[in-house]
Order: sequence, then structure tokens, then C-alpha cells
Amino acid sequence: MLIPHPLLGLRDAQEFVYKGDARLMARPDPQADDALQAFHDYTYLRDNPAGQHRELWFHEQGDRSWLIVTRDTRTHEILKAELARPRGKGERT
Amino acid sequence: MTQVNRVDGGRLDRTKPLNFTFDNRSYQGFEGDTLASALLANGVRLMGRSFKYHRPRGVFTAGSEEPNALVSLREGARHEPNTRATVAELFDGLTAKSQNRFPSLALDLMGINDFFPSFLTAGFYYKTFMWPAAFWEKVYEPIIRKAAGLGALSMLPDPDAYDKGTLHCDLLIVGAGPAGLAAALTAGRAGARVILADEDFAMGGRLTMEAGLLSEIGNSAWLSATLDELASLPNVRLMRRSTVYGAYDHGVYGLLERNTDHLARAHADLPRQTLWRVYSKRAILCSGATERPIAFENNDRPGIMLAGALRAYANRWAVLADQTVAIFTNNDDGHKTAVDLMAKGATVAAVVDVRADAPRLADYPLYAGAQVVDTKGRLGLRSISVRLSDGSLKQIDCGALGVSGGWNPMLALSCHQRGRPTWNDDIAAFVPAGTLPVGQSVAGAANAQMTTHAALNGGAGAAVAALAELGVTAGLPDLPVAEDAPVAITPFWHVGEGKGRGWIDFQNDVTVKDVKLAHQEGFKSVEHLKRYTTLGMATDQGKLSNLGGLAVMAELSGKPIAEVGTTIFRPPYTPVPIGAFAGRHRDEDFRPTRRTPSHGWAQEQGAVFVEAGAWLRAQYFPRPGETHWRQTVDREALAVRRSVGVCDVTTLGKIDVQGKDAAAFLNLIYCNGFAKLPVGKCRYGLMLREDGIAMDDGTAARFAEGHFVVTTTTANAVGVYRHMEFVRQCLRPDLDVQLISTTDAWAQYAVAGPNARKLLQKIIDPGFDISNEGFAFMACAELTICGGIPARLFRISFSGELAYEIAVPTRYGDGLMRVLMEAGAEFDVTPYGTEALGVLRIEKGHGTANELNGQTSAAHLGMGRMVSTKKDSIGTVLSNRDGLTEADGVRLVGLESVDGADLPAGSHLFAQGAEKTAAHDQGWISSACYSPHLEKPIALGFIARGQDRMGEIIEVANPLQGGMARAKIVSPHFIDPEGERLRA
Repeated sequence: MLIPHPLLGLRDAQEFVYKGDARLMARPDPQADDALQAFHDYTYLRDNPAGQHRELWFHEQGDRSWLIVTRDTRTHEILKAELARPRGKGERT
Repeated sequence: MTQVNRVDGGRLDRTKPLNFTFDNRSYQGFEGDTLASALLANGVRLMGRSFKYHRPRGVFTAGSEEPNALVSLREGARHEPNTRATVAELFDGLTAKSQNRFPSLALDLMGINDFFPSFLTAGFYYKTFMWPAAFWEKVYEPIIRKAAGLGALSMLPDPDAYDKGTLHCDLLIVGAGPAGLAAALTAGRAGARVILADEDFAMGGRLTMEAGLLSEIGNSAWLSATLDELASLPNVRLMRRSTVYGAYDHGVYGLLERNTDHLARAHADLPRQTLWRVYSKRAILCSGATERPIAFENNDRPGIMLAGALRAYANRWAVLADQTVAIFTNNDDGHKTAVDLMAKGATVAAVVDVRADAPRLADYPLYAGAQVVDTKGRLGLRSISVRLSDGSLKQIDCGALGVSGGWNPMLALSCHQRGRPTWNDDIAAFVPAGTLPVGQSVAGAANAQMTTHAALNGGAGAAVAALAELGVTAGLPDLPVAEDAPVAITPFWHVGEGKGRGWIDFQNDVTVKDVKLAHQEGFKSVEHLKRYTTLGMATDQGKLSNLGGLAVMAELSGKPIAEVGTTIFRPPYTPVPIGAFAGRHRDEDFRPTRRTPSHGWAQEQGAVFVEAGAWLRAQYFPRPGETHWRQTVDREALAVRRSVGVCDVTTLGKIDVQGKDAAAFLNLIYCNGFAKLPVGKCRYGLMLREDGIAMDDGTAARFAEGHFVVTTTTANAVGVYRHMEFVRQCLRPDLDVQLISTTDAWAQYAVAGPNARKLLQKIIDPGFDISNEGFAFMACAELTICGGIPARLFRISFSGELAYEIAVPTRYGDGLMRVLMEAGAEFDVTPYGTEALGVLRIEKGHGTANELNGQTSAAHLGMGRMVSTKKDSIGTVLSNRDGLTEADGVRLVGLESVDGADLPAGSHLFAQGAEKTAAHDQGWISSACYSPHLEKPIALGFIARGQDRMGEIIEVANPLQGGMARAKIVSPHFIDPEGERLRA
């Protein structure tokens, strides 16, 4: 697979490490009353869609960016790849 | 020695005779021959024995789809079994041997299987070897292993080199027949970057194997002019002996190039084979078509082959498989073979055509509306029996029979993603359909363009279309006048009559009867049929046999073939050696080896090394007279506690954390607090996974308000860095913090023992105070040593002694080690390796990966109170869940051997007298060593309610090694539990 890195262009998927569902970015509030249940769901429950899936890929053999890649799990078509952490204003990349 | 079947013509260099042997007999062929063509030229028809029945077999095809003529090539370590003789390029000195026969090819004792065919029908494994179950491993399997299978491995390491490479192109063209050549010409002239790959050593495809396809210019003239032009174009790469074996996502193709298989000896500069990863923007599949057989009784005798192969041997290799030949066909193409063979001087004894309205292309005995129903000839064909249209039976003598059941598009690469072929009635075959791999199109016979004219135009047109998608305008080249006879075929799969066996899959010995049996027993889906009968498996992957099996199944089910469907083609198209997938990654180059800066110094000391991840670490430093590693390790450990030792800890992961929010970030990463750590201090930190299990531990040193240096364990350096970047980028992008791995930038040494300070004071530059008061336990500082060399000093202790870790830029690592040894001579400084490091830390009760093994929580490790409840950190919430905090859960404890017996790591722990069963299992030993201080075996382990069981004697069971020992539960801090030494 080729992943269109927003900064580096098309890169082979071999350069990346796969993590999984991009909803892992939405870490629950540890102070909430239902925190235990929320963290349980966050840690263990994942959707496994046949179709578009937003997922996290780490460019380990590259610039060490975490990317959010939108991939069709049926075709491996990659519809989008974004930086998980957008560069701040004036921040050096 | 004579090439009795060689005729005039062909694409051979007759000035270059090549000598070779087959089963120890010497033969001669010419440059341009394959092993198969040279054997046929020498009158050798019998080339192998079949898989199950050990039937005599000869060559059946002229290409990579060959099911029968599998031989072993070369000798010694380069011996290669199961090689198809049809694609083995002949070279001088080639040695080949037949397989699957004993004692000889002509007299094979296992041929007895052929007399008990009912025993070996479809599913015979499942039915025959069912009971008694205990017989499977000891009796049945060894017998089957010996009887089945084909060639044998040399069992020697492969002496050849293999390489991997990457190629990029605008257009990859798979197959250099008429379609591929026309496509390459079109794209090459337009300036596109083109790769034209063909599995053959000669490009041209059927142009090399047929007579008169290009009626005006001639096959050879156009072929050589085209290849010359393509070779002259710098943007075109011609790859012969190169098989595109797989189509992967996003235009990536796997390609195996055979560099030296055709050479008499291994080439000094070339790898044997290169596995290319081809990144293509567009690809055109021009893989042509393969002929398919017709099943009839005894259709597998040597001398029976595909009609197109018979004619390819005649045209390209100037070989007549026999002087007297017959043809059995259901289509016009079979007649073409008769014409070509007659032109080469063969006697055509019969053309048997199942069609009543068969055409006649020349003056040969034609039997229209007839079928070949049986054959004779034990080790080679002698005659065929033909059922004539009037129902009578006729014997016809012939030494070769060409069979043509029509041609199948070779569409495997169109199916490697989601392509699913559909049935085309015009050519009575499956054609590419469905969603092809991204960027792929199909042209020529592979796309049902069955005539040369259609293939040339199809290839050129596909190239124009592919380039247009890339924004490149290409013109159609002038293409030569070419053969354009329409396909005329009446589908015909197997002869209905006869009690004998008609083979569908020659390689797996699957007959029409086996398919019928599978159907009768309920294995009706094509995928079940394949698994039950093994139809379509092994090296040829059903290139010849799949459709025949489907057709019989369709007939039995009363459905059209289109509805029965087809099995799925998967990579690889033809076998790829494991060595090619490994490439250079074998033996010591299996992965990169990381060496610390003082590796050379350690080698000089005679260190024994151990692999730790990719690192090589000094395990211990034996001295003359020491006869056992334990002697060495004991000496090293005692020396540290007595005076001072130095250990290379460069391999620890080091991560630089900087930014205004660095402390807040570490607060999130570690379960214990870091916000209040003063500048100039280190702290032990425990990282949890979000599920509450301990992930890694180490220290973080604060060099400035916004600057920390974090260490990780050697094994987890990569994973921890990845995790920290995840937290930084994905969870808290709002924090102002930056990370970089500096593991390779610093060499780091532990200096441990009562004299550690005295030793360091000798090398630290004046002006830096490292006295106990000025540089207390857990202090850290940036300073200089040896007259201005930058260094970092950490007062941390893994051994429990007064200890420091000192880091210098990598390039000074070797020098620092030598300086420490020189300066420490007066203290009898002792280098120690990972073994002594382990002993010291077990004695002190420090956990490592053995304790943080992915199953233990902070509470299990006895660090439950470290998990701060005053702040949020990764894993805090779930570390409080049921199951990780229960009072009767396991706790880290120390264990002392009661009677001096070893306490092996991995042993399980039981209450005294308890039955040694899983139900009574109370815990396990995670780390163990002999303690030279306590002079007895000790261990760290986890046991239920360990904190409340100090002093209890328990039993240590090690059923794997058959051992049993007794141990006393003690504090894990065997040495200096009050921590006085490390604060001294």
C-alpha cells in the first residue's frame, strides 16, 4: 500500500506502524463519574467496519508523524491522510 | 548422444552445443534450448513420475504451466528440486535428475500405487487414516511423507546470494508477446518510463513459437526490429527471465528476476535472483493464454502434450516430439499444429476432431466427429484408440499426441485483488472481469483478443489509454499485418466413455472420477472441490486443470460453467524461492546488528556477547583460569559490591523531552508524579498502558524547567518512543513539548560500587562537586570530564550500590571506557556484563522486562501506591479496576532457596503439600540467579498475597525440567533494604 503523507508525498506502508481506530484519539475524561466504564469501552471496544475507516498510522521509518488515514477496508483505497497533530503557527516542522 | 528428433530451423544457436546430463546420462543440446526441448530432441520422453500413482510422465507443455516434467537441477548445495524442465534454460554442464522414483525412472517400485487407484481417490487421507488416532504421528504420517511429495531438498544451506530492489515506472507491461511488445513500443515512443517484463529468456511470446503470424514482414524480422528499438530507448527497461508473480495494492507488483540460473557457474558480482518491488502508475497485463487439455482414458502418457506445445517445440526449438504424431482437438487451432508439424517433416497420422463439421487445413487423415478414447504405451505413447463418428473403434500408431481443448486467457494477475473472471462463450473460457488491481488493464490473449492482429492492436490501444490517464499523449504505432482468424471452438472437456481414468490435474493426479466422487460426497462448491481433491494445487496452481474440473462439476450439477464459478488466483503466479524473499536478510544479516561504542574495547577484553534486541551486549568478561561462566559472573558481581565496576548501559533507550509543558507531559506518561521534580534531580518512573498494565520503567532526569531526559529499557526503547509520540500528537496536541530519541547519540556507563565516586572524581573536571552533599542520591548534572568533554552524570543505582551513570556523546564512548579502566586501576575496577548486572539487580529487587512482562500491574509489582491519584496519567483509571487490585492478587516477592537447589525462572509456586495442578498454582518465578553474596540461589517471583506471607516456605515446581525445590518467601530487597549503600 502507498500512503499519501501530507508532508512527504506517497510513502510505502512498510515505513509505517499501524495502530488502529482513530477514535483512540478521543480519550475519555478521567474525572467523569462513569470514567471506569468509559475507559473500558475506549480501551477494548472497536468498530470493525467494512468500508471507510479512520485509522492511525505512525511514520516510524520516516518523520515520526502520526497520521489519520481514511482507508476503505474492502479495497484498501486511501481517501485521505492527515497529520494527527496539525503544525502550529510558526512551529518548525 | 544424438539428437534424433532435431529438425531444421528454430531459434537455436547451433554453433554453441551444450553438454548436459539427465539421470547421469550425457546428452547434447544447443544454446536456446530448455531442458525439456533438449531432452525431447534426444528422444527422451519419460521425465518424471506422478505424485500419487507414480505414473510415468513426460513433458506436457512448453511453458511455466508445466505440471509433469518436474526435475531436480544441479548438485550439492545448489540442488534445486521441483524445477519445471520447460523453463529451465539449458547451459553447458547442467546436471538434472528425475524425481519421485525408486530405484529408477523406468522401474519405479511405487508404481504399484497405480494398481490400487481406488485406495487413493479424492479425500483418501481423510477416509483412510482416521483411526486409531495415535497412529497418525508415528505410523501414517511418516509413510505418507515418504511416499508422497516430489523432489527432495539438499538439506544444505543455500550458497547463493539473493537481492531485493525497488523499481519505479509509469507503465509496467507484463509479458512480451505481440500485445506487450505493441504496448511497449507505443509507450516507449511517447517517452513514458516503461518496464517490459517476461518470464522467458527470449522475448516475443508466441511470435517465437509460431510460424507465419506476421504474414508480410515475418515474425523474426518484426520481433528483432522491435526489440532493437525498445533496447535503444533509455526510458524502456527490458527485463527477461523476470516473472511478475503478484499484483498488490496501489500499483505495487512483485517481480522475480533470475540473473544467473542460466549460467554454468555462480556469477561473482550478481545475486542469483533479485526480488523487485515495482511501483507502477499503470500496468498492462499481456500474459497471453495457455492451452488446456481434454480428459480421456490414459491421457497422461509421455508423448501426449498440448498441441500448441508440440508446435512450439517444432517451431522454436526445432524438435519433433516424435516422427509420427496425432492431434486431438475441439477447435481450429489444433489443425494449425498439424500443418506446422507437417512443414517440419513429421507424419501426421490423424487429426481427431470432436466436431462433425471439422475443417481441413491440409492433407492429413481427418477424423471428424471422433474422439480419442484410450491410449497405449507403458513408458511412452505407442498408439491411440479413436471412436469414429460411425461408432467403430480404430487403433492408430503414433509416438506423440497433441491435445487442444481451446485456450484460456492467463488472467491470474487480474485476480490478485478483487478481479473475478466471467465466462465468455465466444472463446469458451473465463476472461478478466470485476475490479482489477488499481491501474491495471489487460490486453491481448489474456483479454480474449485471441488473434495476433487483435493482440497487437489491443496492446497498443491499452498503452494509449493508460498513458492518457497519466496525461501523456501517445500515438498508435504502425503495426504489421497479422493473422486474424476467428476462434472456432466447440467446448469439450472429457471423453465420456471408458472405465479407466482420465486425468484433469496431472500434477495432483486428479481424474474425472475424483471430481465425480467429490460431487457425489457433497463437495460441490469449487473451493471445496479444490480442497477435497487437491485439484489446482501445487506448483502449477491449476493453470491447466482448473477449468477442466469446473466443467465436470458444472456438468454434474446441471449448471453452466459461468454459474459454477472459479477458484481465486492468489500470488505467486509461479513459485518464488524463499531465499529470494529473504534476500540479504539471512544469518548474521537477518537484521541490522547494533554495537555500542565500546564494543571493540569489550572484544579486546575477550567479552562474551549476548543479543539484546538488535544490540550485542557484553554478557560477561571471562579471565584466564575461569572455567565456568558462573565463576566469572560471581567475581564481577562481588567486585562491584566490594570496590567498583563499570557496565556499558548505552543500549538503554534515551528520549529527550523539551518544551514549556514537558513536566505536564511526563505527568501524563508516568503513573507517578513529575511536576514537582526539581531541576538537577532524577526520579524513577513507571509507565502504564491504558489498560492499567505496566508498560516500561526507567528514570527521568530534569536538566532544566523545560528539559527532561527519559530512559527506557533496552527492549522497549522503540515502543515507548512510539507511545510517547502517540500521546503527544494524538492525545495532547495542545501541549508545548517536543521529543527526540537520542539513544544513538549518547554512550552511557554505569559506575557502581563503594569506590564509584572516588573513581569518577579522578576524571571529572575541577569545579564540579560530586561529593555526597553536593551531588546527593538521584542528582543529575551536565558537566565536563577529562578536560572539557561534555558529559551527563546521573546518581542512580540499579545495583543497590553507590552508583552513577555517566553519558558522553557517542564518539567519546570508547575513550571514556578506556579512561575509566585506567583511572580505576587503583581500585581494581572491574568491567561487568549483563549477567552480573542481572545478579546485582535481582539481589536489590529491581524489576526488568521479566517482571514487567505485560501481565503485571503496579500493584502486582508492589508499586501500587506509586500510582498517583492526584493527577491524570495513562492507565490510572483502569489500574483501579477489579482484577488488578484485588487483595489476594499476586505480589512481587523475593525467594531464597531453602536447601540450596536452583530456583529456575519460569517455575510455578505452590503452597507446601499442595497438589501440583493448575488449580493450586499460586504464582511463578520471573527472574533467578545464584547470589554470590548470599551464597545461595535466589529469585524474584510473583505469588498470591505475597506481601502477607514473608517467611513462609513454599514449593517450586518445574515440571518442564522435572525439578522440585523449596523456597522461603522474603522481601525482594535481598541487599541493603534500607538503601544506605546507595546514599553513602
